[in-house]
Amino acid sequence: MTALRAIVEDGSLPRLPRHVKLRFDQRRDRWIVLAPERVLMPDEIAVEILKRCDGKTSVSAIVATLAAAYEAPTEEIGKDVAEMLQDLADKGFVEL
Amino acid sequence: MTGKTSTAPEPPLAMLAELTHRCPFSCPYCSNPLDLERRSQELDTAAWREVFDQAAALGVLQVHFSGGEPTVRPDLEELVEHAAGLGLYTNLITAGVLLDEARVGRLAAAGLDHVQLSIQDSDPAESDRIGGYQGGYRRKIEAAAWIRAAGLPLTLNAPVHRQNIEHLEAIIDLAVELDAERIEVAHVQYYGWGLKNRAALMPTRAQLERATEVVEAARARLKGILVFDYVVPDYYAHRPKACMGGWGRQFLNITPSGKVLPCHAAETIPDLEFERVPERDLAEIWENSPAFQRFRGTDWMPELCASCERREIDWGGCRCQALAITGDAAQTDPACGLSPRHADLVALAEAESGREPPAFQYRRMTRPEPAEA
Repeated sequence: MTALRAIVEDGSLPRLPRHVKLRFDQRRDRWIVLAPERVLMPDEIAVEILKRCDGKTSVSAIVATLAAAYEAPTEEIGKDVAEMLQDLADKGFVEL
Repeated sequence: MTGKTSTAPEPPLAMLAELTHRCPFSCPYCSNPLDLERRSQELDTAAWREVFDQAAALGVLQVHFSGGEPTVRPDLEELVEHAAGLGLYTNLITAGVLLDEARVGRLAAAGLDHVQLSIQDSDPAESDRIGGYQGGYRRKIEAAAWIRAAGLPLTLNAPVHRQNIEHLEAIIDLAVELDAERIEVAHVQYYGWGLKNRAALMPTRAQLERATEVVEAARARLKGILVFDYVVPDYYAHRPKACMGGWGRQFLNITPSGKVLPCHAAETIPDLEFERVPERDLAEIWENSPAFQRFRGTDWMPELCASCERREIDWGGCRCQALAITGDAAQTDPACGLSPRHADLVALAEAESGREPPAFQYRRMTRPEPAEA
């Protein structure tokens, strides 16, 4: 085994693995993430990030979109997005 | 009746579907009740399909196909496909030894999302001895490879206790070797068969502390490679676990015959009556049945819990453990350091773990002996 921890970079193309599912739950009227033995209730920003984890959009593109949408400095958003994605990757919810 | 709430409870997040209590293994800490249900009592395929329909309508998000050994049922693929088609997240909890490569492929094609494979020890002979199944270890290793080859994510479930706890590092290494992405290091819980075998299973405090160190070191070393779930034995704890995330809050359990339980050990509590699906609707049972209402929320709590700032964090701990130790399911869980019975619990753990372990009383499908005092 030569498994290594994946680290988030600007050019990373994050995606949800097959077994992690982002869904809108009608019954609860909110977005949820389904994963092995876990149900996450992501907040609004996390949902916006997760929706863009399609394996084609780079981290820097996600940051640019969110910075524009929330009219926030790119640097600040960039730090938040990288931290969140790294945490999700370490927990197996996102692949890089 | 205390415990009534005026508003309907939130829907459950997860449902454990015990398709059968039949199992080729006879692990002495099995979470099934002592009085195992028989094949003739099991819900048939059509009834289970209806149960999943009701679960999805109620708002259940995840279904854990469990047992006994769920792969004993030839209709497992059909049930997985049905549940997945309803949008339910499907998880198979298996010992793995009845699987073959073709069946793993069929389960993946049916829409299975995840597999949780149990292992009894990293040492093959010990694993077979603890599980009471010769040749089981080798077949589990084969099954793990088929699971990963089919593209299914794998969690290795390792129940730990005094007879395998010294091998914990090797068990963690095995999880990495098998390309698991998660490991559950679950100290055995003392209900049902585990309670019956407590003196053979209870670790010493030093063993527990060492195990916790091993897990913490491995968690740091394997960050981003292997995710850890660590379930501690609460006899040595200061605060009780929030059992099931609170009674009737997030979880329900369906027995092979369709009885709906708030947790898999709930039948040990006398005077609770459990209703059955599919003849009674799951939502009706979840929202209104007296068994689910009995310990839901905080109204039922004894003063010690009701006045505690952690009452909505640990929800009074575990009702079955309160019953097993104090004789009253409505008492504070003695795992809580504030319980007047906590010292008894610690003394019990220290005394039992300090003696030579007695022989296992393996899980068997026979009528249980009268409960011991």
